[in-house]
Amino acid sequence: MKSKNITLIVLGIFFLLFPFIIRSEYYQHLVIIALMWVVIGSSWNLLAGYTGQVSFGHAIFFGVGAYTAGIFVTKLEISAWWGMLFGGFAAMLIALFVGWVCFRLRGPYFALATLAGSEIIRLVATNWESLTDGMVGILIIQSFRSKLPYYYIVLGLAAACIYAIHLVIKSKWGYYFVSIREDQDAAESLGINTTLYKNISLLISAFFAGSAGAFYMNYMAFIDPHVVFSLHYISIMAILVGIVGGVATIMGPAVGAFVMVGVQETFRSAFFGIAPRWISEAHALVFGLLVIFVIMFMANGIVGDWGKIRRVLLRSRPSA
Amino acid sequence: MPLLELKKLVKDFGGLKAVNEVSFQVEKGEILGLIGPNGSGKTTIFNCINNFYPITKGDVIFKGKSIKGLKPHKVCHLGIGRTFQVVKPLARMTVLENVTASAFCRFNTIREAQKEAVRILEFCNLDNSKEKLAKSLPIGSRKRLEIARALATRPDLILLDETAAGLNPSELDEAIDLIRRIRESGITILIVEHIMKLIMSISDRIHAINFGQTIAEGSPKEVANNPAVIEAYLGEEYARS
Repeated sequence: MKSKNITLIVLGIFFLLFPFIIRSEYYQHLVIIALMWVVIGSSWNLLAGYTGQVSFGHAIFFGVGAYTAGIFVTKLEISAWWGMLFGGFAAMLIALFVGWVCFRLRGPYFALATLAGSEIIRLVATNWESLTDGMVGILIIQSFRSKLPYYYIVLGLAAACIYAIHLVIKSKWGYYFVSIREDQDAAESLGINTTLYKNISLLISAFFAGSAGAFYMNYMAFIDPHVVFSLHYISIMAILVGIVGGVATIMGPAVGAFVMVGVQETFRSAFFGIAPRWISEAHALVFGLLVIFVIMFMANGIVGDWGKIRRVLLRSRPSA
Repeated sequence: MPLLELKKLVKDFGGLKAVNEVSFQVEKGEILGLIGPNGSGKTTIFNCINNFYPITKGDVIFKGKSIKGLKPHKVCHLGIGRTFQVVKPLARMTVLENVTASAFCRFNTIREAQKEAVRILEFCNLDNSKEKLAKSLPIGSRKRLEIARALATRPDLILLDETAAGLNPSELDEAIDLIRRIRESGITILIVEHIMKLIMSISDRIHAINFGQTIAEGSPKEVANNPAVIEAYLGEEYARS
């Protein structure tokens, strides 16, 4: 318990001082993106990892959050930063509808329904041009030129998200979520209103994903439906972050986010320019291989199987 | 007023009448045994009582009120706990977490729920396995965990579905003892069981069904000597002799 607290304090100090240690804007940018993925991955993990409702459509909530922030500027002419709060609420509103429809289904059918949902909303955003400007996208003016404010805002959001999920999991709700994951019929017969608690889990999850989407709008200053409602870049990436880091662990998605953003960037930049250009085309392939590796050898992810990983590393040391 | 009353309960799956006009009453404080050969509709009756299956016709009255159409979690809150024939442990939770989760049915804080869970686990002789994962338990303990979880919801009536199936003789004695102690604590029991040693020794009354229909009801002795029951279990020849 004590050593865990010390680790947390050291990590906290490191992240608070990070932009002063690493002055390169490029690396600061990568860490900002990774922290945003910490939020999306953690929110996915609450619903899929703890409550057992695997979502293939987290882009719905991310995109709705991003568009809420964008539309605040283009239509209401108020700051996109309001989206950090109201984008979350808008995502919750959509989540109510998604839950109403999709929670009639269980297991893989639920996953497929969320997948369909994200495609539907992408098409809606593409075609509802009067509201979203369609494929033209939304372009806003960034509030800050320095990376620093963005860094601290997303750091705060990530910390708040992890802490909130930690509190939820340690509460009665947490027991209920995990019971539903383990056996929905048993949970129901134990007096747990499974429909209600699945929706609560979805709403909390949607809020943080929406909030992360609003941050993305503020930070990148440009969105279009193919980016923020993307199956590949958002929904699947959220799942990868969760699986690689470790489902149903508090810190899993946080670790997964840094690993996945690291892998993605390494390949996108073709090993930071060292490798031939075509390598960057292969990053989807590498994602696939990584998932196969994780599922075969550490099904509980990096955090969930940390004990196992450490044993393997320690065993290989004397021979090396 | 009986605690639970089934009124001409009918449940069909397509053309098959799994339960056909079964009526019986469970009085407060008694143990009613429900017996019948495989596939005679015993578990279906349980699933109709706590509404995992919607009832086709008839009614279920609990504490004087119809509970037909209520969601299973509502039925549980009203005071009917149940166990499953095919045990459904919350596998990747510890035994204590399993029971705590169901104790939240009556308690709101973690401390109270956990305290209640510990008490129930001691009652069910599971306190030695508190910290074990439910999936690591042997079948005997899993069956007791099912009972513990149902008890943690503080039921007035508990439905036990073959809680003794697959137990060895010493576990069986333990199970009989546990069921007696549950009754002594004031909980009414409706039990489905194939093991005659258990059902004959603990039931106050027995209700026998076959092909979804009532064939006999009475004291264990009366039912055991009833020709229709002997026929259902052993075949026509034995019934005649």
